[in-house]
Amino acid sequence: MNLTGVGLGAAVVIGVCTALLGLVLPSRARPAAVGVGTALTGAAGVLAGAAALAGRSFTVALPGVLPLSGVEFALDALGGLFVAVTGAVAVAASVFAIGYARSHGLGARGVQVVFPLFVLAMLLVPAAASVGTLLVCWELMALTSLLLVLAEHRQRREVAAAGRWYAVMTHLGFLAILTGLLLFAAHATDDSFTALRQAAQQLPPGVGGAVFVATLIGFGSKAGVVPLHAWLPRAHPEAPSHVSALMSAAMVNLGVYGIIRVGFDLLGFSMLGAGARWWWLLVLGLGAVSAVYGILQAAMSTDLKRLLGYSTTENMGLVLVGLGAAGLFASLGQPVLAGLALGAALLHVLNHAAFKSLLFLAAGSVLHATGTRDLDALGGLRTAMPVTTGLFGLGALGASALPPGTAFVSEWLLLQALIHGLPSAGGASTLTGTGTSTAMAIAMPVAVAAIALSAGLAVATFVKAFGVGFLAKPRSAQAERAHESPPSMLAGMGLAAIACIALALLPTTVLPALSSAVAAAGTAAVGSHPAEAGLITLRLAGVAGVLSPLSLAVALLLGALLTAGLARAVTARRQRGGALGPGGGRRVARLWDCGGGPLSARMEYTATSFAEPLQRVFDDVVAPETDVDVDHHVESRYLVRAVEYRRRVPDRIERRLYQPILDGVAWWGRVGRGVASGSVHRYLGYGFYTVCAALLLLALAR
Amino acid sequence: MSALGWAGGITQPVLIVAGSPVLVGMMRQVRARLEGRAGPGIAQPWRDLRKLFGKEAITPRGTSEVFRFAPLVQVATVGVVAVVAPFITAASALGAVADLFAVVALLALGTVALALAGLDTATAFGGMGASREMTIIALVEPTLLVAIFALSVRVGSTNLTDIVSATLRDPARMVSPVSLLAAVALVVVVVAETGRLPVDNPSTHLELTMVHEAMVLEYAGPDLALVELAAAMRLSVFLGLLANLFVPWGIATTATPLAVLVGILALAVKVGLLGAALAAGEVFLAKLRLFRVPELLAGSFLLALLAVAASFFLA
Repeated sequence: MNLTGVGLGAAVVIGVCTALLGLVLPSRARPAAVGVGTALTGAAGVLAGAAALAGRSFTVALPGVLPLSGVEFALDALGGLFVAVTGAVAVAASVFAIGYARSHGLGARGVQVVFPLFVLAMLLVPAAASVGTLLVCWELMALTSLLLVLAEHRQRREVAAAGRWYAVMTHLGFLAILTGLLLFAAHATDDSFTALRQAAQQLPPGVGGAVFVATLIGFGSKAGVVPLHAWLPRAHPEAPSHVSALMSAAMVNLGVYGIIRVGFDLLGFSMLGAGARWWWLLVLGLGAVSAVYGILQAAMSTDLKRLLGYSTTENMGLVLVGLGAAGLFASLGQPVLAGLALGAALLHVLNHAAFKSLLFLAAGSVLHATGTRDLDALGGLRTAMPVTTGLFGLGALGASALPPGTAFVSEWLLLQALIHGLPSAGGASTLTGTGTSTAMAIAMPVAVAAIALSAGLAVATFVKAFGVGFLAKPRSAQAERAHESPPSMLAGMGLAAIACIALALLPTTVLPALSSAVAAAGTAAVGSHPAEAGLITLRLAGVAGVLSPLSLAVALLLGALLTAGLARAVTARRQRGGALGPGGGRRVARLWDCGGGPLSARMEYTATSFAEPLQRVFDDVVAPETDVDVDHHVESRYLVRAVEYRRRVPDRIERRLYQPILDGVAWWGRVGRGVASGSVHRYLGYGFYTVCAALLLLALAR
Repeated sequence: MSALGWAGGITQPVLIVAGSPVLVGMMRQVRARLEGRAGPGIAQPWRDLRKLFGKEAITPRGTSEVFRFAPLVQVATVGVVAVVAPFITAASALGAVADLFAVVALLALGTVALALAGLDTATAFGGMGASREMTIIALVEPTLLVAIFALSVRVGSTNLTDIVSATLRDPARMVSPVSLLAAVALVVVVVAETGRLPVDNPSTHLELTMVHEAMVLEYAGPDLALVELAAAMRLSVFLGLLANLFVPWGIATTATPLAVLVGILALAVKVGLLGAALAAGEVFLAKLRLFRVPELLAGSFLLALLAVAASFFLA
């Protein structure tokens, strides 16, 4: 048993013990004990993941644990990356949870017992090495997360609705994965991944495609990819904030993990054929649509956590674009570029986990302080909550793909991979055949346009979230009464912030880990070294491309300091006459109010008004709903008493796609009601006729 | 880091800081003459800056550090671009930063800082300006990225110095459909990014129409001077990039004083010509309605996308 095994074993033992502790401890000591225990579980996961990334893979088979299939775990570098990310997010979230649970009435036994189990289930999913194990862990993760989403169902009615959506969607996804993997396993000797890998070599192409699409549906719905995203912007906001962070930064990643595991690793041989190219075009297309649609909805959203949820859909879309490009390159026989694109996608997973956990935790801190997540009612938090404001700003910078932010590096890497997709671009290898270049010529501009559009909209979205939510004046009484969060919550956010800064400035430190993960995912068609790591400069391997986020940040800092110094020197020289007030300080002056008296908070721009121009631009896409109610005076129809104006931006895909299905189900239910009259005799009759019909069928079919 | 890079890293920021107010003055002068006015002379922006730096610094009530530091961030972002991008010399002082995506994102960062400052003032004007600027940038950023992509996909690198030297080696490259489409898209985008007509009127203070001016309405004294300087530098940097991406002639490829001098002159002439053309064009244009601007930008986005598609299909 090596270090990886020790780490994984420790995670299991600590996780289960923590759950038991949560069961037996009195409610006062429960949050702290469970928080610390879960953080240790996460830390053990990080250890296991890091050891696996360092090349110490670990395998264990426990045939007696689960009847029929047995349990089999194996942690390689690819799984290790996801285990490490999940563990790291869990550490930050559970430290945060100590303070958060205390103040939000989340100390109840149920929530505290399920929380460590959820983390544990997520840590075990990437370690599963057989279909049965994967499905059990996956279902365990879905159930525990469902219970956590429902934690606050007594406070708000929406929680129950969100839970219903999540329960149905996650189980439909489970069904899709089950179908796909069972179909796959039917062609193999047993259900272990080793057997599946061997079976992939003789898999008929149709079966390979069916397996891929079925698993893509299942894993994609977990990753929140459009059009299977409907649960995500509901469940993520309604869950308690530390759970939202775990779901949004860790759980969605496992959907990506599933796609990589099945598409690149298990089906590795089939994916290389030209017949499999449409798989990757499909992935790329889904990713592009998700990226643009997700960020567009985020830009329109006024609910802080819903905004972050949609942004998760966007980022997973970008990851899928990377995966699709990697698969496409691999099927075209360009291992270097495939490795680069896959590396970029994995780096984006890492970066997204860092900034999204920070953002969700900071949103939780805001919720804790004000009790609202409505951006239109927030504002002015920077004076009362300086630390939270700063940390949210850091996360927003990371999310908006601007340097020196976190997401900038991975999106840059992704674009580099796409740029070198052109055959004559001085790339590493040449393409053959005309069909290949047509596929690329269509796919690449679409991918680039999607990345570019989502980058632009992300900037607007996060300026809105940070500028409207935290700066300016408070827009409501709750925002005015805001106060800074307790130290444990700040510590949780601080941990996530450190990860953000490290990834933004020194992405080179995680590159060796990424390289080994890419190598583990790939067959020979995926190059194993996406980039060479100098300490400071990111230099791509095999193709031209350098970037140094650290020197960029330092240059920016030096530039700002130099400007400040020069401006001060010039000002001081010019003002020697004594224009400077006593003490040389800055004079405080009134804001320009057009001479109309002091400005009130009601005159400020709100999140809705901030996004209004963008909403108008994308009117045809988002299709907002507007209601205008005009009330007239009783005495005269010509005198208007009140005008009420309401505008909502509903999720259009959801309305078009899901509403008919829901209506159909409701209709079926209404029809069925006529059959169920309540009479016991009738029900017995139904049973009798059914048995007769079954017997008849058997008799005829035999 | 080569001697050529050093030469560029030192001369470029100096030239751009010193020259950009002159460029703005020159453009105003061209406009004034074409409109039949005498005009204040090309040194007027420098005189304005001098005056503003002499005034006392003012903090509007209720604003925070975001408001205080935004002008610094903006000047710093443009300054870093002025140091690293190849304007006068074909080598960069900091090669690992002279990436086109990084440069564009840096310039966007400056805009974001100002937009946050506008929101921080808690006035309706600040929010209005920030909201409009963000709407425009949300459409401009994609166009810029896609146009850049079209340019760099044939060179196989997004590094500015690589693109410039590739164009220097093979001047026929720039008459290809890809370059022409990208050039048109970039011109529209540069006009929008620098807040010129028909997207934004730099000389208006009418609340219904202003974008950039609304964000910076609360700035006064030295802070305002920095904002104005940064805006002028942005204009020069964008025009310089536009010039050197398509017509890099005259750029210094050796570190001799003569070559650098030629580089300085070439940049001044190219940017001056572009600026004069822009100013002359503005005389004949009226500002577009705010909600017509996205149509213009969407058009340029399509052009950029066509450029990318062309670069793949014509390869």
